[in-house]
Amino acid sequence: MMHIGLNHFLIISSLLFCLGIFGVVTRRNAVMVLMGIELILNSANINFIAFARYGNFGFHGQLYALFVIVLAAAEAAIALAIVLNIYKIFSNVNVDEIDTLRD
Amino acid sequence: MTIYDIIFYLFAAITVVSAFFVVTNRNIVHAAFYLLFTFFGVAGLYVLLGADFVAIVQLIVYVGGILILLIFGVMLTNKITSVNIKTGSMQLIPATLGVTALAYFIIATLMNTGWQTGTMQADIPSTYNLGMMLVEQYAVVFELLGVLLLIALIGAASMARK
Repeated sequence: MMHIGLNHFLIISSLLFCLGIFGVVTRRNAVMVLMGIELILNSANINFIAFARYGNFGFHGQLYALFVIVLAAAEAAIALAIVLNIYKIFSNVNVDEIDTLRD
Repeated sequence: MTIYDIIFYLFAAITVVSAFFVVTNRNIVHAAFYLLFTFFGVAGLYVLLGADFVAIVQLIVYVGGILILLIFGVMLTNKITSVNIKTGSMQLIPATLGVTALAYFIIATLMNTGWQTGTMQADIPSTYNLGMMLVEQYAVVFELLGVLLLIALIGAASMARK
C-alpha cells in the first residue's frame, strides 16, 4: 500500500465529480440535480485544498475553497427560489417535463 | 500503513459510497440524508489536508445551511401526504457509459501527469492566516462576496414570494 499522496485526493475528487455529473444528467427532479451540482462543487474544493497543500502555495487555495462555499450557498438559495416558482406554475419539478418558456 | 492512511481510506469510502447513493437512491429524502454523509466525509478530507477552518465552515454552511435548504425544497415541492417521495432517473445506460469513460480519462490523465509536489505545507493552524489574508490581500473579494450574498438573498426572497 503506497503512502497517501496528492493523487489519492485527486482520485477521490474526480470520482465525486463523475458521480455529480451522473446525478445531474440522470435525475428528473430539479432538487436532485441541485444535489449533483453540490457534489461537483465539493470535488472542485477538494482539488483546491489538495493542490494548496501539496504544492505549498500557502493559504490561497483554502481561501478560494471558502469563496466556492459562499458561491454554493448563494446558488442554492437562488435555485430553490426558482424551483418553488416552477412548482407553482407546473405543479411538479421534473426537468424533462418543463419545456415551455411561457404560458 | 499509518493511522493517517486508515483515516483517509475511511473518509474516502464514506464520501464516495454515500455520493453513489445520493445519485442512485430513488427516495429524495434518503438521498438528502446520504448527502449529509458525503459532506461529513469531505470535511474529514479537509482536516486530513490541514484545512481545519475550511472543514468547520463546510460543516456549518453545507450541513447547517445548504442541506436544510435542499430538504426544504424537497418538502415544499412534493405532496407530503404521499408517503413515498420517489423520483425517477432517465437515460441510465448512456449516462453510465459516458460517466465511466469520463472517470477513466480523468483518472488516467491524473496518474500520467507528473505533479511537481515539492515540500508539503506545514500543519499550522489556518484560521489566523486566513483571516489576515481576507482583510488585507483579498479585502476587495471579501466585500464583493458580501454584496453578492446580499443580492442573492434579496433576489431569492423576492422571487419566492411572488
